Amino acid sequence: MIEVKNLTKVYGDKRAVDGISFTVNQGEILGFLGPNGAGKSTTMNILTGYISSSSGEARIGEFDILENPLEAKRRIGYLPEHPPLYLDMTVQAYLEFVYQLKKVRMPMKPHIDDVCRRVKITNVQNRIIKNLSKGYRQRVGLAQALLGNPDVLILDEPTVGLDPKQIIEIRSLIKTLGERHTVILSSHILSEVQAVCDRVIVINKGKLVADDTADHLSHALTQDFRYIARIEGPEAEVEKLLSSLPGMESVECHGMKEEGVYEYTLEAQKDTDIRRNLFARLAERNWPLLGLKTTELTLEDIFLRLTSDQPVDMDEPDNGPMPDPREVPLENRAEHAVVSLDESAVEEAEAAEAAEKSTENGGGEV
Amino acid sequence: MMAILKRELSSYFTSPIGYVFLAVFYFFSGLFFYSVLYSNTTDITYVFSGLFTVLLFIVPLLTMRLLSEEKKQKTDQLLLTAPVSLTGLVMGKFLAALCMYAIALSVTVVYALILAGFASPEWMVVIGNIFGALLLGAALISIGLFISSMTENQMIAAVGSFAVMMFILMMDSFATMLPAAFSFVGTLLQSLSFMTRYTELTTGILNIGTVLFFVSVAVVFNFLTVRVLEKRRWS
Repeated sequence: MIEVKNLTKVYGDKRAVDGISFTVNQGEILGFLGPNGAGKSTTMNILTGYISSSSGEARIGEFDILENPLEAKRRIGYLPEHPPLYLDMTVQAYLEFVYQLKKVRMPMKPHIDDVCRRVKITNVQNRIIKNLSKGYRQRVGLAQALLGNPDVLILDEPTVGLDPKQIIEIRSLIKTLGERHTVILSSHILSEVQAVCDRVIVINKGKLVADDTADHLSHALTQDFRYIARIEGPEAEVEKLLSSLPGMESVECHGMKEEGVYEYTLEAQKDTDIRRNLFARLAERNWPLLGLKTTELTLEDIFLRLTSDQPVDMDEPDNGPMPDPREVPLENRAEHAVVSLDESAVEEAEAAEAAEKSTENGGGEV
Repeated sequence: MMAILKRELSSYFTSPIGYVFLAVFYFFSGLFFYSVLYSNTTDITYVFSGLFTVLLFIVPLLTMRLLSEEKKQKTDQLLLTAPVSLTGLVMGKFLAALCMYAIALSVTVVYALILAGFASPEWMVVIGNIFGALLLGAALISIGLFISSMTENQMIAAVGSFAVMMFILMMDSFATMLPAAFSFVGTLLQSLSFMTRYTELTTGILNIGTVLFFVSVAVVFNFLTVRVLEKRRWS
């Protein structure tokens, strides 16, 4: 349904999107994951024909977005990062305008009412958009994208600014939309992408760093042999026992968390499952295991991991589509060389980006 | 295109801009018409020649936010990703402003009818005047729209348009002020004069060259507006 080949967008000397290729099949929900400034919105803007690519092609169905823009755009519903709303119009007037703008052929009133019902804005249909809350505005934006029942829905961070209840509603709405439409949705929230998408594409610095099903990806990424355990018992002895477990790499104690209960970080060797053994040995000594969880990977970890030198341990190694140096056009090679020479600077930037990210998420994202 | 035209037209009336435009237009045209009545003539020309200066000041009101505001509110993302061509988009905006202008101008028909109540005016002159005013309006609106497409701040668009309009107003006097060495610039300015051509129209002379001039200005600036929008996607 959507085919993107070697898409590149250059702003001055910055490559906002750098040779991205992927395809999306009919009825698939594809997640775009990436930090801010990774090129998600740029890619979406190119796909929808808002801006043009510097090179490469994007096709919606059989129509190229540059060669046959009107036909391609007719098949797309787009919710940009900022919903494009005319604040001085009522919701109804706005949707009627979009309906006419998109030259929808379905009967107007029932169609608009139907879309409003689906995104649950029927109760604000006659209110002026200026007076609506962020969550409602986002939904009006979504309604606008749904008008005309386009084959392809492109949603740029559709749940930003919504409260948790609305987020769940919108997610389940998107899931149901996936039955009728092909959906691309971007997000910087991993759990959201996992919850909604069949397949995930990870973008960083304009490059595609992973393309896999959500399950595979999260499996590959969370196959982490690190646990946090809470164990009741004398600290030194427990630590000694833990260290003696077969396959244990390192043990670190974080001190007392409850009366007589200590918390430890356990790191096992790869491909060793220490959990059963751990339980058995603790049970022998009658030291209750009060909690055991795998360390949760934050989005920052995942990006650092995906963008670090070590390849991600994918189930199918071929699936990690790092750009093949042979495929990179000559003029780009020089730049790749520069990038790799300047690794420390890149990492610095990455850390800064991650920091920015975490403050943003802390700022009441969910 | 029709959708954009309709939306723009209705947005003139949901914001004060449309009313301010109409009020200013009606006030001055009314004033000029009063002096026509006062001087006991059925020659409506004075209304139209007087409107030239007024138009230069109020047309930017119509055009300043047409495209700049879209960019600022990011609603251009909706328009540019909808199945509408850029030409359709620009024409929708242009025609909306032109319609608004025509609504204002229609008051002169009432004036003509009032005059007809006293004595029959020269109808061809009246029609020529209205037609000329429409042409001038189309040209000025396209210039304003072009300036609006270049910025995302409607104040800058307004001030920029005022500057250009002032220049158009003073073009003829500039031309005479230039030193002899630059006389070719003077000739150029004079040949581009809006005022001479418009004055000619108001006297009831319908010169094909004049009509073509205003139509060309409108076409050229609308074309340039389309190019500006197109360029923005490629940069």
